[in-house]
Parts: sequence; structure tokens; C-alpha cells
Amino acid sequence: MSARSETLLWVTQRASAAVLAVCVTVHLATIFYAVQGGLTGAEILGRTRGNLGWAAFYTVFVLAAAVHAPIGLRAVLAEWLGWRGRARDFLLIAFAVLLAGMGLQAVRGVFA
Amino acid sequence: MSRALALAHRLSGIALALFLPVHFWVLSRALELDAFLAWTEQPLVKFAEWSLVTLLALHLAGGLRVLALEFLPWRGWAKGLAAAAAAFALAAGLAFVVSGMR
Repeated sequence: MSARSETLLWVTQRASAAVLAVCVTVHLATIFYAVQGGLTGAEILGRTRGNLGWAAFYTVFVLAAAVHAPIGLRAVLAEWLGWRGRARDFLLIAFAVLLAGMGLQAVRGVFA
Repeated sequence: MSRALALAHRLSGIALALFLPVHFWVLSRALELDAFLAWTEQPLVKFAEWSLVTLLALHLAGGLRVLALEFLPWRGWAKGLAAAAAAFALAAGLAFVVSGMR
């Protein structure tokens, strides 16, 4: 992969990290709030169904994670397993698409 | 400390990446949420939940440390940042336990 592409991935990883820093902080606060008094499906879905603001927030969260996780795994595969090259990158692109697809399905399941 | 946290940041990232597809799969089947929530009452699953929350907090704090080291000019606080990140993860894990008890 060219030096330019590597730089682009580095910048993308830091940019997605900055977005995720906000998303994860909000998500952790939401978890601490929501688990008080136990969780029920009706309680969760009562809060989430039709809530466009939270649906938009979690859509951004899912897409940022779908970009961030494969780029992180790319470095792990190269440095720990010595796996570089196109096959690895195709697999990681597939993983990104899988995460985005499954994540958006999850947002639809909880908020629609 | 810094080296241990860098390793923890990487390991927590791997664990979270592997957990995400499972998390999304469960949430996309929202109609079966109550059956799933009943399953999560088991002690081992509770422990796994706590671990995931702690790993998420650890990965967040470890990531903020990396961003600070790379983008802020002064590096003299690397050790302090690592300790702060570890403390934050521990605090988040405790907060999860305490919240769940209320």
C-alpha cells in the first residue's frame, strides 16, 4: 500500500477515534443510567422507539466504529501475526461492511 | 505503566471488535430482548458484561492517551496519563456495578 494510503488510514483512525471518544462517553453514561433498577425490553424500547435524535447518534457511533475497528485490527495483524497485503485488507474491508450492516440493522431494530 | 497500558489498549480493542457483531446481532432482534435479558442474569454473563464495560472504558482512556501524546506538544506527562487511564477504567467498572445495584 502506498505511503499516501497509509497516511490516509492513520488520519482516518485518529479522526474516527475523536468521534468515538464522544460517542463512548455518552454511551457509558447511558449504560450507567439505564441499568439502574434493572433492564426490561419494554423499558428500553419505550425510551428508544421513534427517538430520532438517539437514532442519529447511534448511526454515527456505528459508522465510526465500523471504520475504526478494522483499521485497528489491521495494525494488530501486521505487527503480531506479520500478515500484510491485499488479502488482509480485503478481509478487513469485508469486516467493516459487516459491522456497518449489522450495526445499522441494530439501530433499526431498537429505534424504528 | 505506559507499556502495560498500550498492551491493554490493544487487547481491549481486539476484544471489543470481536464483541461488536454479537452485540449488533442481539440488538437487531429487539423483539426477543426480554428472553435475552433473562439470560444475562447469570453470574458469568454479568461478569462478562462488567468486563466489557471496563474494557470499553479502558480502550477509551487508552485512546485519549494516544491522542494526547500524538497531538499535544508536551510529553512529560506520559506516565501520569497512563495511570489516569487505568484509574478511569476502574472507576467506570465500579460505576457499572454500583448502578446495577440501585
